[in-house]
Amino acid sequence: MYKATVIIKRRPKILDPQGKAVEQGAKLLGFNNVDHTRIGKYIEFNVNTDDHILAEKEVKEYCEKLLANPIMEDFEYSLEKV
Amino acid sequence: MNVKFGVVTFPGSNCDFDAYYAVKEVLGNKAEQLWHKENDLKNSDVIILPGGFSYGDYLRTGAIARFSPILESVIEFADKGGIVIGICNGFQILLEAGLLPGVMLRNESLKFICKDVHLSVQTRNNIFTKDIKQDIIKIPMKHGEGNYFADEETLKELNKNDQIVFKYCSPDGEIDGRFNPNGSQQNIAGIINKKKNILGMMPHPENACDPILRKTDGSFIFKSVVQSLLN
Repeated sequence: MYKATVIIKRRPKILDPQGKAVEQGAKLLGFNNVDHTRIGKYIEFNVNTDDHILAEKEVKEYCEKLLANPIMEDFEYSLEKV
Repeated sequence: MNVKFGVVTFPGSNCDFDAYYAVKEVLGNKAEQLWHKENDLKNSDVIILPGGFSYGDYLRTGAIARFSPILESVIEFADKGGIVIGICNGFQILLEAGLLPGVMLRNESLKFICKDVHLSVQTRNNIFTKDIKQDIIKIPMKHGEGNYFADEETLKELNKNDQIVFKYCSPDGEIDGRFNPNGSQQNIAGIINKKKNILGMMPHPENACDPILRKTDGSFIFKSVVQSLLN
């Protein structure tokens, strides 16, 4: 079995109103060096196979078809054998 | 002949009955309610994907509804030229399904906005606006993620093919950033596909049909569709 972790990031050009609002909060708290706050998603799940190639294929398709929207998001994943 | 509307209900839809009521009870058409787990469109002539928060807006708005059994039938129906209207969450589902181009981002203000808005009718080259006499209609919007985004190339295509149907505007029709409630690119409130049989719009025409509400501009869109189908 593999444990998959996926990170989904908004594409650099896409506005992130949530990140902007959080950053305003940071400034109010006095974190004056904080800049370019971007909010993404972290997702983890198991893949029930010992075949690395198959596991990778499934994770990639899962990301492409459902977890990320390619118009506005990029994704990265890693697989760890457990 | 009567035109039959099919209104889909997803778990979390909350404007499905408003749409059903508007097209059936107020405007006198036939209507069916369609459950997301079914795949039978019950011979509907027009499919409405209603507003709400399908599947709790989990992951992204519309992302999970897009894989409902009923959506497979709706996609097949649309591919054959069937008429589909996606309102608010329905518009978001159409974007996720790839039936319309672009995505919805959180409103620029990060606020959920609920108010009447003026829309400038940009084109009458399609069955949804063909019979709308007014250049400006006033209907309510109520959403937190209606900030339309598409890349430059897509925007160019939309403009070139006359696919932008509604833009947010002032009461007298001025289209400007000051009258843009949510940050949408080019003040876009509604678009159609290239084949012009699918409409996605963020504001809610079904909530401006019943005269008792003292606003009926939303009915023009449904009436225009019915008129085109009957002719």
